[in-house]
Amino acid sequence: MRFMVIVKANKDSEAGVLPDEKILNAMGKFNEELVKAGVMLAGEGLQPSSKGTRIRFSGGKRTVIDGPFAETKELVAGFWLWQVKSKAEAIEWLKRAPFEDGEVEIRQVFETADFAASDPTGEIRKKEEELRKKIESQQRR
Amino acid sequence: MPATDAHRAINAIYRIESPRLIAGLARMVRDVGLAEELAQDALVAALERWPQSGVPDNPGAWLMATAKHRAVDLLRRGKRLERKHEELGREVEQEVSPDLDAALDDDVGDDLLRLVFTSCHPALSLEARVALTLRLLGGLTTGEIARAFLVPEPTIAQRIVRAKRTLADARVPFEVPRGAELAARLSSVIQVIYLVFNEGYSATAGDDWVRPALCEDALRLGRILAGLAPEEPEVHGLVALMEIQASRLRARTAPSGEPVLLLDQNRALWDRVLIGRGLAALDRAEELDGGRGPYALQAAIAACHARARTAEETDWARIVELYRELAQVAPSPVVELNRAVAVAMASGPAAGLELVDALLPEPSLAGYHLLPSVRGDLLAKLGRLQEAGKEFQRAASLTKNAPERNLLLERAAACARGESPPR
Repeated sequence: MRFMVIVKANKDSEAGVLPDEKILNAMGKFNEELVKAGVMLAGEGLQPSSKGTRIRFSGGKRTVIDGPFAETKELVAGFWLWQVKSKAEAIEWLKRAPFEDGEVEIRQVFETADFAASDPTGEIRKKEEELRKKIESQQRR
Repeated sequence: MPATDAHRAINAIYRIESPRLIAGLARMVRDVGLAEELAQDALVAALERWPQSGVPDNPGAWLMATAKHRAVDLLRRGKRLERKHEELGREVEQEVSPDLDAALDDDVGDDLLRLVFTSCHPALSLEARVALTLRLLGGLTTGEIARAFLVPEPTIAQRIVRAKRTLADARVPFEVPRGAELAARLSSVIQVIYLVFNEGYSATAGDDWVRPALCEDALRLGRILAGLAPEEPEVHGLVALMEIQASRLRARTAPSGEPVLLLDQNRALWDRVLIGRGLAALDRAEELDGGRGPYALQAAIAACHARARTAEETDWARIVELYRELAQVAPSPVVELNRAVAVAMASGPAAGLELVDALLPEPSLAGYHLLPSVRGDLLAKLGRLQEAGKEFQRAASLTKNAPERNLLLERAAACARGESPPR
């Protein structure tokens, strides 16, 4: 399963101040651990909200609002996309991140199975099973 | 923290730490089975203590220290044995590094790579390699492996116990093979990981025809291997192939659960993150010497599909070239048949048919229903409906799958009516 790990903005990130070398090194090491463990799918840091824009939708009307935005702690400053076996594993990985303050949020990504139709009679499953056999024999690669 | 939460956290920590733990210990005690037992003992100790004391700041170091203490106890016992059985004692002495801390801290990556090669050792059966690799490197529990492969838990437990015993009895050294042996052993590792992936991608058993969790386990193993052996092009080829194939998981099933074939898939559902990762891995494979192995080539073919925004945009000429190369490095009649299909897409049905006809005498394809099925398709496209109908009939008689047989018979019937057959 996948989790998006959302790093919130702070005064520094909103001011466009990059973390010092020590933190950058620690973060680099942490990212390397994630990659080596096969956990990290993606990860990016975002520029301050002063360079961002919002579009407000209201019926058919679209209003463009340029940043910066006020609610610093609620803004997203960066994210990771992790593939792990459980939420507990995501939590344990995040505990190892070299942050010294603030909050980081873990959110599970919807998977195909979450959209699967409910199947009270087992009919769909049965059909799937038949089709599975069919695809097996049809599949070339 | 409630006990169940604590246990969940501890098990998650163990999953993260256990490969490194086992690898480090295996180097110390020169026995993978014993190393895993020591690691498990440390886990049990953690489960006893942490719910009360709280999780230590560096849980990995705690687990390692605890396991190391047990190992040292064992070795001391070994030394007592030495007085009694001098010979055995000397052996223990020789095999154990004098500086245990140094042995454990020195290059974790090398130890993990040794663990990979030991888990996939040719002394073990293929299914034992799969179970041991998922257990020792994937950090999966016996129960999780059993559920993934839909076999009873005791079966897997026994398989793992037997595998460990085989490794000990055969005195398999805990090392990375060198020279000429490396290539063969590496392809065994790659084969094990791809087998796990395929079991998830087109499950051979169970109610689900795909089991994404197994694909994820295989991908994780592949990514770990790529980190451990970054100079091996086929490892990147394997990762590329799995990432690109996994990118289609969402599109391979219709909402009704019906499988959707590649050219009919909604490409908007393809996972762009995985495609990006797959293409990057393919680039890495191709930058290295020998980056045209069977996995890299299959990945390159998968990449042609991934790069095409629509099925019509597919670069069939390039796919034909890649199949030609694949047929040279890994010749097989099935690869030839795939090449024929690609040739038909690139140069028209007549050119494809010529290649398919060349395969007709091939004994290994004699009972293979896809041969007449493909042949029927090409004949129908050429307007030779009567012959096409016969091929569909023949394909229908060869397949053991009822829905597919019905589809083939429908096609045969359409040909008999002089209509072009439904897809």
